Amino acid sequence: MRNKNLTRREFIRNLSVTALAGASLPLLSSCSKEEAEDFLQKHFLEMTEDEKKRMIAKLEQRYLERYGKNFQISTQEAQPETLWGYGLELSRCVGCRRCVYACAQENNLSRYARQLHWIRVLRLKRGNLINLEDSEHYYAPETVPEKGFIYLPVQCQQCQDAPCVKVCPIHATWQEPDGIVVVDYNWCIGCRYCIAACPYKGRVFNWAEPNLPKDEVNPNVHYLGNRPRMKCAVEKCTFCIQRVRQGRYPACVEACPTGSRKFGNLLDPKSEIRYIIERKRVFRLREELNTESKFYYFFES
Amino acid sequence: MGAKRALFFYKPSGLLKTGRFTMRKIYMIIASFFFLGVYLTTSARTASQEFPVPPPPFTEGIFPCSSCHASMEVNRKKRELKEEHTNIKIHHAESMRWCLDCHDVKDRDKLRLYNGELIGFTESHRLCGECHGNLYRDWKAGIHGKRTGYFTGTGKRTYLLCAHCHDPHEPKFKMIVPEPPPFRPTDRRNEK
Amino acid sequence: MENPQGLLKETWHFYKKTLMLVFRGSKIYYAWCISLLAMIIVGFIFYWKQHEMGLIETNLTDQVSWGLYIANFTYLVGMAAAAVLLVIPSYIYQFKPIKEIVVLGELFAASSIIMAILFVMVDLGRLDRVWHMIPFVGSMNFPASLLAWDVLVLNGYLLLNLFIPIYLLVKFYYRKEPNWKFILPFILLSIPWAVGIHTVTAFLYNGLAARPFWNASILAPRFLASAFCSGPAIIIIIFQIIRKVSSITLEDKALFKIAELIAYSMFLNLFLLGAEIFKEYYSGTVHMASFKYLFEGLHEHTALVPWIWTAMAMNVTAFFLFLIPSTRKRLSTLNLGCLFVIVGVWIEKGPGFVIPGFVPDPLGEIHEYVPNLLELMVSFGIWATGLLIFTLLMKVAIPIETGEFSHTEYEKEGYTVKRH
Repeated sequence: MRNKNLTRREFIRNLSVTALAGASLPLLSSCSKEEAEDFLQKHFLEMTEDEKKRMIAKLEQRYLERYGKNFQISTQEAQPETLWGYGLELSRCVGCRRCVYACAQENNLSRYARQLHWIRVLRLKRGNLINLEDSEHYYAPETVPEKGFIYLPVQCQQCQDAPCVKVCPIHATWQEPDGIVVVDYNWCIGCRYCIAACPYKGRVFNWAEPNLPKDEVNPNVHYLGNRPRMKCAVEKCTFCIQRVRQGRYPACVEACPTGSRKFGNLLDPKSEIRYIIERKRVFRLREELNTESKFYYFFES
Repeated sequence: MGAKRALFFYKPSGLLKTGRFTMRKIYMIIASFFFLGVYLTTSARTASQEFPVPPPPFTEGIFPCSSCHASMEVNRKKRELKEEHTNIKIHHAESMRWCLDCHDVKDRDKLRLYNGELIGFTESHRLCGECHGNLYRDWKAGIHGKRTGYFTGTGKRTYLLCAHCHDPHEPKFKMIVPEPPPFRPTDRRNEK
Repeated sequence: MENPQGLLKETWHFYKKTLMLVFRGSKIYYAWCISLLAMIIVGFIFYWKQHEMGLIETNLTDQVSWGLYIANFTYLVGMAAAAVLLVIPSYIYQFKPIKEIVVLGELFAASSIIMAILFVMVDLGRLDRVWHMIPFVGSMNFPASLLAWDVLVLNGYLLLNLFIPIYLLVKFYYRKEPNWKFILPFILLSIPWAVGIHTVTAFLYNGLAARPFWNASILAPRFLASAFCSGPAIIIIIFQIIRKVSSITLEDKALFKIAELIAYSMFLNLFLLGAEIFKEYYSGTVHMASFKYLFEGLHEHTALVPWIWTAMAMNVTAFFLFLIPSTRKRLSTLNLGCLFVIVGVWIEKGPGFVIPGFVPDPLGEIHEYVPNLLELMVSFGIWATGLLIFTLLMKVAIPIETGEFSHTEYEKEGYTVKRH
C-alpha cells in the first residue's frame, strides 16, 4: 500500500521533474556546468544508497579537480542512543577567538568576500548577560581577557525545537536522530527565512561563491557538514558532524586554550555534558523562546 | 498491560521451544556476560586513574633534574635563586611555600605528596589535587581542563595536565593575544 | 462553435484583434510602454549580474538578510489584497458605481501578485532550485512553514484573480450574461482569500519569536488596515487614468466612496500603530530597540528616521484629507491624499517594516542597511513589469467592457468577408 503510493508519487515526481527540466532549459543554459549537473539532484533523505554513492563519487571528482585533493566524503549516519549536547564554561572563556578560526579551518568556511564564521564571540560589560544589545563583536585589544568584560561565544545551539527547521519551506534543513540540525546544501533555495527565524544568529549565507584557498582545504568531510559548499545556500554549525559521529571532539573544543568548551552525549549518564548539567549551574541562551537548545552555558561550580 | 506482557512471555515461541538444555545455555551465556561486564567496569575504574596525559611541559633540556641535582648539596633554606632557575617566580601561595614542598628532596625527578608518596611528573595532577580538591574532581571528570582526541570509542585521546595551562610556580592563567575580529559587513575584504 | 474550423477562425480573430489592440495606441501609450520595457530590460540586466555573482551584488548581509525586495513583496501583497475592498461592495451590496470597474480592480490585484511573486523570486539565492517548492514535485514543508503557505495562497489568489475577470470578460466579449451561479462562489471565495494572503504574509513575520519587532499579535490587523489604505489609493489614481484614456465612464461618486473607505482604514491603521507604539514605549523593554531604531535612531544609526517620519506625516495628512468631505470630494486634494497614502504606506509597510526587524540583530549587532543601485534597478524593473502587464491587460479589458471589442464585431466582419 505504502509502496504503491510511493511509486506513484515517484512516478508523478519523475514525470514532472523531466517536464521541468525541459521547460527550464533556457535557465539551465545560464547555469554553470555544476549547477546543471546538480539540477535534478534529489533531496538527500530521499536518495537510495546507490544514488548516494554516485553522487558522492561525482562530488569527490569535482572537489579533486577544484582543490587538487582526494576527499573522503562521509555520509555516516547518527550513532544509536546518541543526542549531542554542548557545554561552555563562561567563567573561563577569555574571548581569544581561537575557536572561531579553528572552526573555519575544519569546516571549510569561506575566508573572504564574504568571510563566514559559524561562531561569534560577543564581548559584554560585566554585570550584563542577557541583553545582547550592548555586545561588541569586533573587539580587538592587544591581549585578552580585558578588565571589566566577559565573553559569550555563540554558535548554532542545535535546538531540539528548532525554529529554523520549522520555517524552512522545503525541508532543506532538518534534525538528525542524534539531535544535530543539518542542511542539505544542494536542496536549499536560499530564501533565508531560517536566518530570520534563528534567535542565535546560528546561520550564515554564502552570498557569493565561497573563497576557500586550495592549501587550506580540509578533505575529511561529511556530506551534511563541512564539505565545500556553493554560492547562495545557507550553512551552519553541525557540532562538527564529521568528527562527533566518529567519537571525536568538535574542532572548537580542541582549539579552546582554556578548556571552556565541553561536549558529550546527553543520553549517556557518564558523559561530560551530563556531569555538567548535574553538578554545575547551567543555563541556555533564550530559554524563554522554548527552543530547547542543547547548548549549555555554565559557571564554575 | 501486565497480563498481556506475561502472556507474551509464556508463549511457546520458536526460541523458547528449543528445550530446557538450550535455555540453560542461554542463561549461562547471559550470566557470563554480566560477570565479564562487572569485571570490565571495575578494571576500567582502576585504569581510569591513569590518565592519557601528554609529556609534561618541561623547559627544554631541564629534565631529568637529577642530572644536576644528584651531585648537589641540599639547601633547604627559602631564598632567592640567583644562579639557576632565575626565571621561576613563585606566585603560588608563596608566603607559605617553597620548592621542596612539592619537589622531593632526595629524588629530584619526582614530586612528593603529603603522605610521602613519590610520583612522576606525568601524575602531577595528584599533587595539585591535594589542595584544589574541587577542581581536581572536575578535572577527573573532564570538566575543568582540556581533553582532545576521541571522547568515546578506542581512538586516541589526550588529557592535558594542570601544568599545561597553569605554570605551577605562577598558576594564574596568562593573558593571550586574541585572533582578529571578523570582518565587518561593511569591510572591503568582505566584498569583492 | 461546433465547427472546428470556425472555432479556429474565431480564436485567431480574437488573438489578432488583441494583438492589434495591444500594438496600436497613442503616442503617449507607446512612450509609456517603451519606457516600461526599457526599465524592464535594465532591471533584467542588473538581475542577471546578481544571478551570476550571487546576492553579494546586493547590500544584504547576514545581519540584514532581507531588504528592499522583501519590503516590496510585503507591500505588494497588501495591494493585491485590497482588491477585496472593491469586490465586497460591488458584488454583495450591488453598489453600482464600483461594480463597473471591479474587473479592472481584480486585474490590478493579479498584476500586483505577479510583482510580489517576482520580488520573492529575485530574492532567492538559488532560482535554479525553485522547483523544490512546487507541491508534489519538490518537498514542501506544509503546514509547518508559513512560507509554504504563502506560496500556496499567493498562487491561488493569482489564479483566482485571473480566472474571475477573464471569465467575466469572455462573457462580455460574447455579450452574454455571466452565469452568476457559477462565478459567484469564486467571487465569494476571493474575499476571505484576499484577507488570507495578507494574514499569511503577516504571520510569516509574526511567527518569528527571534524578531521581537515582528513578534506582535497586532501585526496581522495592522497589515490589513494599511493594505486597505494603499491598495484603494492606487486604484483611485489608476481609474482616473483609465477614465481619461478610454471611453469608460466612471462616476466621481465611485472614487469618493473608495476614498471614504480609505479614511476609515487609515484611522484603523493609525490607531493600531498608536497602540503598538504605546505598548513598546510605556513598557520600555529591551524589545523596544527596533522601534527606537525606526523612530529615533539607535546609537547614532538613523537611516530610517527621516523616512518613517515622512511616512507618518503623509499618513496623518491623508487621513484628514479623506475624512473631511470637502477635501475628499475635490479631485486635486483627493489625488494628493492618494499619493501620500501610497508613498506613506510603502515606507511604513515596506522598508520601515522589514529592515527594523533585523536591527539590532539577535546578537545585538547594529548594521545599517541601505539598498544599492542594483537592488533599486531590479526593483524598478519588477514594478515596470507589473505596470506593463497591467497596462496591456487594461488595453484589452477596457474595450471589452465598453463593448468596442466583442464577438458581434467578429460576426460582422465575418459577414463582410463572406459577401466578398
